[in-house]
Amino acid sequence: MRIGVVTFPGSLDDGDAARAARIAGADVVRLWHGDPDLHGVDAVVLPGGFSYGDYLRCGAIARFAPAMESIIDAARGGLPVLGICNGFQILCEAHLLPGALTRNQHLHFRNRDQWLRVEGTNTAWSNAFTAGQEVLIPVKNGEGCYVADERTLDALEAEGRVVARYIRGNPNGSQRDIAAITNEAGNVVGIMPHPEHAVEALTGPSLDGLGFFTSVLRALAGASAGANAGGHQ
Amino acid sequence: MTTQPDTSAAPKQTGFAATDVLVNEFDGGPDTVQRAGTTPDELQPHTELGLKDDEYDRIRQILGRRPTASELAMYSIMWSEHCSYKSSKVHLRQFGDKAPRGTRMLAGIGENAGVVQISDDLAVTFKVESHNHPSFVEPYQGAATGVGGIVRDILAMGARPIAVMDPLRFGAADHPDTARVLPGVVAGIGGYGNCLGLPNIGGEIVFDPTYQGNPLVNALSIGVLPVERLQHKEAAGVGNIVVLLGARTGRDGIGGVSVLASATFDDEAEQRRPSVQVGDPFMEKLLIESCLELYDAGLVAGIQDLGGAGLTCALTETAAAAGTGMRVWLERVPLREASMSPTEILASESQERMLLIVTPQNLEAVLSVAEKWGVWATAIGEVTPAGEDGSPGRLVISWNDHVVVDVPPGSLADDGPVYARPIREPADLILLQADKAETLPRPATGDELRATVLRMIASPNLCDKTWVTEQYDRYVLGNTVLAQPEDSGVLRIDERTGLGVALSVDGNGRFARLDPYEGARLALAEAYRNVAVTGAEPVAVTDCLNFGSPEDPAVMWQFAEAVRGLADGCQQLGTPVTGGNVSFYNQTGAAAIHPTPVVGVLGVFDDVARRIPMGFQTPSGDGDLLLLLGETTTELSGSEWAWVTHGHLGGRPPKVDLEHERRLAQLMARASQTGLVSAAHDLSDGGLAQALVESCLRYNVGAQVTLAADAFVQLFSESAGRVLVAVPRGHEKAFKALAAEFTIPVSSLGVTTSEPVLEVRDQFSLSLDKAREAYEGTLPRLFGGSAELANRHGDPEHAADPTAPASPDRGDEVLITAAAGAAMESAAPIEADGIPAAAAAEVKEPSPTDDAPDA
Repeated sequence: MRIGVVTFPGSLDDGDAARAARIAGADVVRLWHGDPDLHGVDAVVLPGGFSYGDYLRCGAIARFAPAMESIIDAARGGLPVLGICNGFQILCEAHLLPGALTRNQHLHFRNRDQWLRVEGTNTAWSNAFTAGQEVLIPVKNGEGCYVADERTLDALEAEGRVVARYIRGNPNGSQRDIAAITNEAGNVVGIMPHPEHAVEALTGPSLDGLGFFTSVLRALAGASAGANAGGHQ
Repeated sequence: MTTQPDTSAAPKQTGFAATDVLVNEFDGGPDTVQRAGTTPDELQPHTELGLKDDEYDRIRQILGRRPTASELAMYSIMWSEHCSYKSSKVHLRQFGDKAPRGTRMLAGIGENAGVVQISDDLAVTFKVESHNHPSFVEPYQGAATGVGGIVRDILAMGARPIAVMDPLRFGAADHPDTARVLPGVVAGIGGYGNCLGLPNIGGEIVFDPTYQGNPLVNALSIGVLPVERLQHKEAAGVGNIVVLLGARTGRDGIGGVSVLASATFDDEAEQRRPSVQVGDPFMEKLLIESCLELYDAGLVAGIQDLGGAGLTCALTETAAAAGTGMRVWLERVPLREASMSPTEILASESQERMLLIVTPQNLEAVLSVAEKWGVWATAIGEVTPAGEDGSPGRLVISWNDHVVVDVPPGSLADDGPVYARPIREPADLILLQADKAETLPRPATGDELRATVLRMIASPNLCDKTWVTEQYDRYVLGNTVLAQPEDSGVLRIDERTGLGVALSVDGNGRFARLDPYEGARLALAEAYRNVAVTGAEPVAVTDCLNFGSPEDPAVMWQFAEAVRGLADGCQQLGTPVTGGNVSFYNQTGAAAIHPTPVVGVLGVFDDVARRIPMGFQTPSGDGDLLLLLGETTTELSGSEWAWVTHGHLGGRPPKVDLEHERRLAQLMARASQTGLVSAAHDLSDGGLAQALVESCLRYNVGAQVTLAADAFVQLFSESAGRVLVAVPRGHEKAFKALAAEFTIPVSSLGVTTSEPVLEVRDQFSLSLDKAREAYEGTLPRLFGGSAELANRHGDPEHAADPTAPASPDRGDEVLITAAAGAAMESAAPIEADGIPAAAAAEVKEPSPTDDAPDA
């Protein structure tokens, strides 16, 4: 399975996302923001960082990168896409996910090891978890406060599209403690905390982050098995 | 959509350039070399620029005429204290003379940063620098550009920067001006470092009224490079092209080194905000990536970062290092403001710029790499030959066909004035040293000891620093093995082998005030020990020497003593000083700060998997054995206890035995290799009590200890050379045998327990919840966020907890800074809701967008 990791000018966790995908067992393809060719990858990770410095709204410029134009099209066609932190912001700016990430309520950048409860497990990026599973994953952001209108929030909850919530403290003031959401099809997930920083005992607070990357490999394997099965009928 | 500025051709510009200006701001054009020759008697403002009369005379002598306005500005900058080290040079020589260079050092003092080889093919480079005055004037940008500057030093050596650390010192924690400075400094460090993608892995936060009018913001960075990628600053190769890479040049930071860094603060500090540079971390990130790509492609013949003194420093140093000349066309420099004069262009300290020397055939390739990353790159000059008689070449700079500079570059870069300043022991030192803390009243009963522990761990210097450190990204790059609050930051360098480094940076201004020689050695010993307790082998040293005015003989004595102490210490430990920084004029009016030598020590791991953490591990079964390495004597002078409970500073600092420290380090390295130790924590500020509390709270593991006679001294003495270790059962014998082999005294303290209580037998028992409440509450209460902390603890009472750390009963030391503090209060209005006006504004204000590519 080939997972593409996009590098924008100002991407910072692209190397970490690539490492995490590799540890999960994927072949990693580094994608360049200026290149619209996705090189046939099976899934894409938009990594954390400060694309274009994020001097404008976070993700507002990256959303228009040539690579993003292709990714937006492909995501609408079912390509699994995971946006982490700045990647989540980009997905919101691209309208692949509803709502927006705004400045942390307390106005500080905050980095801490954060407990989450995984709720929506029917996505390409969270199927390796069990619903209700509590995981420990670093959070680090200055603009991670998830906001959306009430109707959207109600819909996200009603449709089981809240992938994870903050528990034991909300680090940024996100509405309804939302840490991660998915689109209607479940192939696009945005997550504010950083699963790629919890994949090795040596450097992370846990190995809980790995599940997001093994999930997509399972989803892809399932999809290709299904496709093969279909082909034989 | 275009994301990249046009960098296609050398002299062609897409932004402002000086040539766009139709009218010169000078009548009849700039002050040229020709004009200087014909108007020898024109009065020049050399005094205003910080040059002494005899220095000015020497410039005239060197040039054989009066300098032009641009030349005068260049000399004033390069001969400033900050750039020329004119007061410190005679002392700093000891670092080279005494300390062994060792076999690992690939580059040392005089380079942008020292380079230390850590394996056959890899090297690391690290250095600590000050950005004190800018950070006081403009906390956010001052601190941010401090990070940016040190990172470019690392980058200039050919390394990829991989982490930062920040030793910080502020005035009293509860002083209103600290509430202005600290949040801005922390946000600036975070804002820049986080956006650059560099983990912040440690540092220090110290509060003391001595720093009220002059906080210390030091920044350390470390980078890694393949040995063969080491870069040099020499502008070698006649005909090579001089390329300016990175941000455009603006009017920010003009006079930064001469005005801000090389003079004492006065009431006009606020007016100097324009002297502070403004940072753009995004541009720096692009600069890093483009430089690394250029290095790897072998396209760079020489490189130098632009920091203090801007183009002036970079042009003169690169040319002087090679002995060549240089011809520069200043109108080619891309500008933010079209109306900048040649002098301003030369003096600007605009951030995020590098100067490259490239061969003509590589120029196109260099420009295209810059274009890929969306970074400006402009050929502004070329390398010219040395004189035919073998004399060094000349630096000739023109601006729109006017030659405004024609100087021997070495006269600026290397041949600045050198002073052997008068030194005199401070008059009050004898009395100060006689006023020992060992005679102060002490807590006697168990209850009093318990109350003292709670008061100490809640005091600003000893309390939990999470409020600060959680504003820094410690995870980015995925190689952080240990970070604050651990004794050292530990980084994995090589994923395949586990090769890594440990870094710690320490200093104690109070100890240095009592005895600068011993204070410097104590700082070295502590940083060395902090590295050693993780199991790493300490190999090299960097330093940032923060002192008052060198024109004060008492300060100069402190400086001379501290340098002597550090040089002697490095010689004894066998660790070379690879580079560093001197920061003078840290004083307000006549009141100098405590002499504050800050020492960084680098250690090496063959495999970081064997690092030893500071926290006690959750016990399985009977718990680990707790042992104390080293000996405790009654050493309370200069201690945190004396300061917190009595507001006392006097006596002599603890003794330091560097031979013992060296053996202790060897013991810890062996214990780490053989896996004999499950946790280890250095004893320093606050003594054993602090170490026990910190090691317990880290993973919420209790401890039961029994102390030898005089529990108070055992708990609060700050004797050097001590380490608290946890040894899993079954390893005790082996560990003690090892300690005996290295002749390190060991005493048994007790065991770790699953019950979350710190119990000191026959004295007191302290629940970890209670300890945590005291330890964690202080900074949120002082700087905001205590309600949220209470939330997190599920304890609504917590926020209102009045267990305030008693502000020290201020003694003589404080009096000298009280007036300065009061002056600052009026200069820095604090908004009613407690959010410092400056910090709040900066957080919301976007950085300058004129460098942001078009969307």
